Amino acid sequence: MKKAPFGKAGTLESNDVLVTVELNEEKPLEIELESIVKAQFGSQLMHTVTTTLKNLGVAGGTIRIIDKGALDFAIRARVITAVNRARGGEAL
Amino acid sequence: MKQLRRTMLFVPADHPGMMFEAPVFQPDCIIFDLEDAISLKEKDSARNLLVEALKAIDFGNCEVFARINPLYTPFGEKDVRRLVPAGLQNFRLPMTESPEDILRLDQLLTALEKEHELPRGELKILGAIETAKGVINAPAIATASPRLIGISFGAEDFTRSMTTERSQTGEELFWARSHVVLAARAAGIDAIDTVFTALGDEEGFDREVSMAKQLGFSGKSVIHPSQIKTVHRIFTPANDEIIHAQRIINAMHAAEANGSGVIVVDGKMVDSPVVLKAQRVLDLAKGANLLPGGGEA
Repeated sequence: MKKAPFGKAGTLESNDVLVTVELNEEKPLEIELESIVKAQFGSQLMHTVTTTLKNLGVAGGTIRIIDKGALDFAIRARVITAVNRARGGEAL
Repeated sequence: MKQLRRTMLFVPADHPGMMFEAPVFQPDCIIFDLEDAISLKEKDSARNLLVEALKAIDFGNCEVFARINPLYTPFGEKDVRRLVPAGLQNFRLPMTESPEDILRLDQLLTALEKEHELPRGELKILGAIETAKGVINAPAIATASPRLIGISFGAEDFTRSMTTERSQTGEELFWARSHVVLAARAAGIDAIDTVFTALGDEEGFDREVSMAKQLGFSGKSVIHPSQIKTVHRIFTPANDEIIHAQRIINAMHAAEANGSGVIVVDGKMVDSPVVLKAQRVLDLAKGANLLPGGGEA
């Protein structure tokens, strides 16, 4: 069986977020969110993640987010990098 | 108003927390580092982080630069191509060794200004001179492009290229520092001194910053927010200097009003270089918001 394209970006340091993606167009999009501020900002975090994925044209696969209090700009950047890496597209 | 460049704070472009906190420390300039602070396998990630940060963060009065990767690496041109549409205007080019290095970046910026319909000449360059060859070529580098707002001196790579080590007293850097600042001043652009890495040595830092100011540098690259206060203190005119400079300028205006070519302050004649120095003191004071109507720096 072919392995799903995999990408990872970010860190577990404070104010950062670790994003891992397994792209699979044949599966529905599944987002797992773990955050130190999930109770307060969980819906806002999910909105940022889903909007960024939509802009990148990601429709299926599993996205794991471990958030350590990152602001929106960092979440967007880490999701973009993880997806690009999974696609093997953007060279360093 | 003169753009002060007393401090250029290096911030690694892979630490989101440091990136949004940087303006809080009020350096004159922030340099987001995509070069030495970023490992080869994280170049893409740091570039993306900086692009999103530039679009989202208000850096207030800080002048924002990126230290891009050299254009001879696979990363440098990608850095520039991504950062320009994100709104970055100032590019610090590391390892500048010849005017051709500056011209190569100049040509890339010209093409990108056209592509993104930006005003011609809006994008600026700070050339970082960090090798023996770069120091020798400093006068040609400093006049290579109208986009140059300054040149900086980097001692770590310079001492490597000279097969020596940095000392506490800095004799090994004296000629190079003098040459770089002379080239910058002759070209009418800023000169930025190298970083001081011994964070615990406050006395040594104070001494080095004072020497940089005395040599004619505009400011210093700093690696930690704790260094900003010392550099600003040393590079900002003291109150008595400002008052004296104001009296000289007032006397000059009075002489002009009286149709006199002789400027007198405290019974002494003042000549043209003294007036120009006084004006520079007032320009620095104004830039630091120390003149009436502004706050304290």
